[in-house]
Parts: sequence; structure tokens; C-alpha cells
Amino acid sequence: MKRYSVFAVAREALRYHQGWGRAWRSPEPKKKYEAIIIGAGGHGLATAYYLGKNHGLKNVAILEKGWLGGGNTGRNTTIIRSNYLQDASAAIYEKARSLYETMSQDLNYNVMFSPRGVMMLAQTQHEIRGYKRTAHANALQGVSTEFITPDRVKSLVPIINIDGPRYPVLGALWQPRGGTARHDAVAWGYARACSEMGMDVIQQCEVTGIRRQNGQVQGVETSKGSIDCEKLGIVVAGHTGVLADMAGFRMPIESVALQALVSEPIKPCMDVVVMANTVHGYMSQSDKGEMVIGGGADGFNNYTQRGSFHHVEETVRALIETFPIISRLKMLRWWGGIVDMTGDRSPILSTTPVKNIFINCGWGTGGFKAIPGSGWAMAELMAKGHSSLTEEFGLNRFKEGKFIDESVAAGVAH
Amino acid sequence: MLIFTCPYCGIEADETELTPGGEAHLKRFGPGSSDEEFEGYLFNRENPKGVHFERWRHVYGCGKWFHAARCTLTLEVFGTYSAQTFEPPEEIKERIRAKRPGWKWRNFS
Ligand SMILES: Cc1cc2nc3c(=O)[nH]c(=O)nc-3n(C[C@H](O)[C@H](O)[C@H](O)COP(=O)(O)OP(=O)(O)OC[C@H]3O[C@@H](n4cnc5c(N)ncnc54)[C@H](O)[C@@H]3O)c2cc1C
Ligand SMILES: [Zn+2]
Repeated sequence: MKRYSVFAVAREALRYHQGWGRAWRSPEPKKKYEAIIIGAGGHGLATAYYLGKNHGLKNVAILEKGWLGGGNTGRNTTIIRSNYLQDASAAIYEKARSLYETMSQDLNYNVMFSPRGVMMLAQTQHEIRGYKRTAHANALQGVSTEFITPDRVKSLVPIINIDGPRYPVLGALWQPRGGTARHDAVAWGYARACSEMGMDVIQQCEVTGIRRQNGQVQGVETSKGSIDCEKLGIVVAGHTGVLADMAGFRMPIESVALQALVSEPIKPCMDVVVMANTVHGYMSQSDKGEMVIGGGADGFNNYTQRGSFHHVEETVRALIETFPIISRLKMLRWWGGIVDMTGDRSPILSTTPVKNIFINCGWGTGGFKAIPGSGWAMAELMAKGHSSLTEEFGLNRFKEGKFIDESVAAGVAH
Repeated sequence: MLIFTCPYCGIEADETELTPGGEAHLKRFGPGSSDEEFEGYLFNRENPKGVHFERWRHVYGCGKWFHAARCTLTLEVFGTYSAQTFEPPEEIKERIRAKRPGWKWRNFS
């Protein structure tokens, strides 16, 4: 693999870009690996990357039924923030956010991390109180956020209408180092780094069965044959229930469609991410000029990667009062992903009833922001059997009633 | 858009006229049950890729709850039936057998 640098660009420019080479190998699966990760979304790839980088475990395969990042990772609206309420969440999301700061250098791959600031609008009295509480919690957790006034909101986002009439902007929770990144690049950057370490990233390889003996994992059946492994990580988001079924246990997860859309490209008009949780919509502007818009999840189980049309109308209608400027924009693209929802809206990073099977799921509508932190923690869990970052995210929390309730803090799906 | 025929008022109702109510035929466990049973009832779900049974409410119509049999992979609706039952009627199961040979959902097939 060649290192990407300004010199590489100059060199290639002089020879018509003929010498770039492939970013990762596409090998056939071996008979056996020390660890197999199912799912080459961001979380699966990051898990493999940190298994190699932090724990020296490099005899690893990442199996993907489709293509790299073709699940939710390549379908999300890329909001990165760590202003959660509960300590366990703040720890893993802030770990992730801070890893995003240096990810491009670390992976030698430009993931276009853009810490442009994330603003969560308070449009009711209740929201003001809620966000002030979060800002105080964040201060204690060492996460830099502040509650700002409507004037500050207006100066940061000139296109916003703060006067209502129905939902005036009363303030906002502001995380200046939140932002966005390029979603595909995160998957590609990790895949390239994993391949470089000697790991096998295998696309179009669907896991169809999980072999077990004496309560312990033996290997997997796939569309490319049978593969043995010592440890197995299931990191498949919306397909968690399907894989858990193969492994013989049940999960507190429901798969539903979450949708997003972009407008036609327009000139730069908004350089922060704005979320309006009361009216249930959020928006940012991509580097191409499109307004990237998302809203709530659909209410029923779904595996079709497309959602109900009326959600588009609801989301856009919700945002138009606050952003009158978007009322005449045309919609350019519209898509959906299948997100894995838990009851307390927090993820699961856990051992399972089957020995040496580990599971990472439940990121639901907001896991892009967590990719590096989740991979870091999951790798530690798989390598050592425990991790301080995952301790409270175990499967047993549902039986114990020890929820990590973020449904209030998360507000809108993102 | 999903369209269900309400088994009570007989109207073909769009999804916007209905509220989804989650997995059907749950057995409710309360005081006196084991921790596993209670956890299973509260949190663990079939969440199948394929044939599924759900509760829906005709909220902007007659207001009644009913059951629906549906495919989560194609959004095909196999039929709707009364809320006052512990399992899908034979006629709906037969219709699913014809379209999805070998289907299974909990102990129904
Ligand atoms: C519309 C939308 C907007 C979103 N916006 C945001 C946002 O702004 N900010 C944010 O933080 N998060 C957001 N999210 C959530 C975020 O996208 C996800 O939480 C995150 O990408 C999950 O990553 P993952 O690696 O767990 O799953 P995925 O990227 O879905 O990867 C799982 C992979 O597993 C593969 N797989 C499944 N079954 C099998 C099998 N049997 N064998 C082999 N492979 C299999 C799939 O093909 C898939 O590629 C959004 C999601 C959606 C859908
Ligand atoms: Zn009715």
C-alpha cells in the first residue's frame, strides 16, 4: 500500500495518475482466523482496526454481505457530537469524538472531519431546562458544551428564524467541536488500514449460519464457504436479530427504517449543524452545497432500506418554520437505512450467551459519531474479555433494569 | 405506503390513518414471574426479516386495535384480523404458507 501524501499526489500528477493501486486487497477467505467480524460497516471495521492496532491481533477477517459501508454507515447524515446526559454515554461518545479529531492522520486517509459545531435548539421551556441540565452534566464529564442565547444562535446561523411564531428559538445547546465527517471515507480508511495490517476484508460474503459446540463458537457458514474462528464479533446493526437467531439467542432490538434526504445544491448558507428536536428535524450543509436533512424513524419493523413517504413531508414541514429559506428547494435524493433500536436508546457492547461471541449493536439512529470509540472499546472487550468503556453497555442491563436512558437526550434521530 | 383493511370498519386505511403498536401475541408476565420471563416480555423481540405479526390501531378511524400479518422484507400485507385472539386465524396462516413456504414465527408455522 502506498502512503498518501502531497508528494504522492505530485508524483502521480506527473504520470497521469496511473500508479495509485488498490486501497485494499480483496482476498478469498482462509480456512480459519483468530477472530471474525461480521459486518463491514464503520463499527465492524473500527473493531478490527483496533484489534490489530491496540491488541496485536491481526489474523482477522471482516465479512460483509454487500459492499463496504453499504449499510447505515454509508447512509447516515454524519452528525458527530458527544453531548449526552449519562456518564457512560459521554465516556464512549467523547472518546469517539476525540478520535475523529486525529483520524485522518491516524489512518493516512482523509475522512474530512469538520468540527463545525453542533447546535441543538431549545424551542420549549422544557427543552431549555433539559439542555441546561445536559450542559451541566457535560461540564462534570469534561465534555465541552454550553447553553447559548437566541442572539448567539442567530449570529451563528443567520438563515434561522428565531421568532417562531409557534416554536420560537429560546436558546440552544452548543458543542463547538461537534461536526460532520465523510461517511464512506471512514469505512474506506479503516478497510485500507486493516488490509495493510494483513487482515482480510471480504465483501459479498454473507454469513448464513453460526457453528457452535458446547456453548462455544466454532465458526461461520458463509456464501463463500465455511470458515473457522476462535472469536466472533457480530456488528451488523439492523440485522442483529437475524444473526442472533443464527447463534441461538434473542436480542432486545427492533429494526426500523430511518430516512434522510438532500436538497439540490445551493451556495454556502449554513456552516454549523442544527438540530431541532421538538419539531423533529435536523439540517446541515454538505461540501457540495446540498442541505442534508433528517428526521424521525418509522414506527414499524422494516428491512427494506426505504421508509414511508409521509415522513419526508413531516420532516421538511417541521423545519420550514425555523428555516423559511428551504421552502422552495427541490429534493435531490432520498434514502433509508435499517437502524437497530434498543429500549433505552443506548447501544449494546457485550459478551453473549455463547462463549467467544461478542456483539456490538443498538446504535440505532446515532452511531456514526461513535464509530472510533465503539471500535476501540469493542476490540478491548474481544481481546481481554472486558473494557471499562463497555461495562455498562452489557446485555444484562435489561434484566437488571440498569438502563442508560438517552431517549430524552437524543431527542431527534441522528 | 402500507395499506391495511381494518377488520372492524372494513375501510382500507393508509398508514397515515394508523398507529403501529409493535409485536403481536405477546404473553404478558408480571409479579411472580421469573426475571428471564419478565425481561423477555418487556424487551426481547422476534424482529424477523420476513413474516411478522403486529398490532396496529385504526387511530384516525374507528379507533380500534387490530392484528396484521405482514412481510418486513417486501412490505406485503397478508391480512388483518381481530385483536381478540391469541393466534392468527388458520385462513391467514394458509395464505402465508402459499406465499412463503416453510415460514415460521415463534410457534406458528
Ligand atoms: C438515514 C440515517 C441517518 C443517520 N444519521 C446519523 C447521524 O447524523 N449521526 C450519527 O452518529 N449516526 C447517524 N445514523 C446512524 C448510523 O448510520 C449508524 O448507527 C451506524 O452507521 C451503524 O454502523 P454499523 O457499522 O453498526 O452498521 P452498518 O453500517 O449498517 O453495517 C453493518 C453491516 O453488516 C452487514 N451485514 C448484515 N448482515 C450480514 C450477514 N449476514 N453477513 C455479512 N454481513 C452482514 C451489512 O451489509 C452492513 O454493511 C443514521 C442512520 C441513518 C439510516
Ligand atoms: Zn377501523
